[in-house]
Amino acid sequence: MHLDEQWALAPSVALRPEPFGALAYHFGNRKLIFLKRPELVAVVRALGEADDVRAALVAAGVPEAGWPSYLAALEGLAASDMIRARQEVAA
Amino acid sequence: MKLIEHFELGLDAPICLTWELTYACNLECAHCLSSSGRRDPRELTTAQAEAVIDELQRMQVFYVNIGGGEPTIRPDFWHLLEYAVNHQVGVKFSTNGVRLTPERAAYLASPACGGYVDVQISLDGATAEVNDYVRGPGSFDTAITALQNLKDAGFTDAKISVVCTRQNIGQLDEFKALADEYGATLRLTRLRPSGRGADVWDELHPLPEQQKVLYDWLMASGDNVLTGDSFFHLAAFGEALPGLNLCGAGRVVCLIDPIGDVYACPFAIHDNFLAGNLLRDGGFQEVWQTSPLFQDLRSPQTGGACAKCDFYDSCRGGCMAAKFFTGLPLDGPDPECVQGYGEMALAGARSVPAASQDHSKANPTRNQPVMLKLMTRPPVSDCAESPLAGFVP
Repeated sequence: MHLDEQWALAPSVALRPEPFGALAYHFGNRKLIFLKRPELVAVVRALGEADDVRAALVAAGVPEAGWPSYLAALEGLAASDMIRARQEVAA
Repeated sequence: MKLIEHFELGLDAPICLTWELTYACNLECAHCLSSSGRRDPRELTTAQAEAVIDELQRMQVFYVNIGGGEPTIRPDFWHLLEYAVNHQVGVKFSTNGVRLTPERAAYLASPACGGYVDVQISLDGATAEVNDYVRGPGSFDTAITALQNLKDAGFTDAKISVVCTRQNIGQLDEFKALADEYGATLRLTRLRPSGRGADVWDELHPLPEQQKVLYDWLMASGDNVLTGDSFFHLAAFGEALPGLNLCGAGRVVCLIDPIGDVYACPFAIHDNFLAGNLLRDGGFQEVWQTSPLFQDLRSPQTGGACAKCDFYDSCRGGCMAAKFFTGLPLDGPDPECVQGYGEMALAGARSVPAASQDHSKANPTRNQPVMLKLMTRPPVSDCAESPLAGFVP
């Protein structure tokens, strides 16, 4: 995943706010993933509207030093089809 | 704070909710955890059940495990199923297969269900002999017919749900083969001494050496096998099994029973674990978030006698329901503690609690299992009538 890519929450995924962050549930593959930081939830929510991943990280107020770990977390979400590259979302 | 600590403090809504739609059942399984058989006249109406689904949608409970009794014999079952999936509440329902005709199987495989429905067929033996002994005559054939109908209709990935007993632990490979044959996923769960299970637990619960067999099998072949996170007491053998290694009762799981009573977990249908009623007490969300019982379950637990055990962090004291229904203290070892503390506790003074509900059929029907075995010892002689024949003081 690169900072200038465009991603969004997959259409069949719902986020449920919880004290630790959120639950992400994929109605298609039945996967349940725990987003363990509120900041990560903010990034994921911002992805679809932001120009790119970098903009979503900025919008969520994540300091630049933390970006690599957030990119890794986003890659994990992509591997479970929780988020999709934006051109795929339209398809 | 670690995620597991958040779970111990409880979530805003359950992750995994079981909803038993009816106490009515065509079968009379010897180990039924809800003592089902007869419908309760107070069971939720269709409109009330729809209101529950609306509330689950608002709370974002993403899926619900529907069971019973036999849920499919409720006349509005298929309607409620469709209502749920249309309201973003996925359904996984457990059935003995009695109503899974080719037509219903085709419906389940159709776009109407949108792929949001999982079907779980109960089977407690890989052979009719082992299965029917506890689930009643003909129940094996009913389950296999249902699996065949699902397969023929193109429904993929049904679940075969097995309660592990002393009699079927030796059949784990056969269960897996059966699941593969029908394109299904195997799901293994733990026998609890709940409901009528209390009456047969002594005879049916796996022996200590079988617990090890089960653990080794799950470690070696359990990659694509579901367990409902029910074997966390086995974590004390060493490595934890995948899943939530924690009692989720009232924290991340709970049960709604057919009359709207909310219990801490599906295996704890007893007044001691009754949090409230969603009709009387302001709805499910209100009960989940404010009941004193659930508040109590979410407060830090001490571990009691188990706290000094080296394996306490692995098994966290095991299953609350298993302890309660065998008359063991809730802060002591699980009756099937793999470190042997359970057997010691069971041998001590204890009194098994009386059931607080029983919907078993008043009179046995032809479906009732008859748990008798042929005598393995021949009579002393052909006509030994004396009750003391063969008795040597």
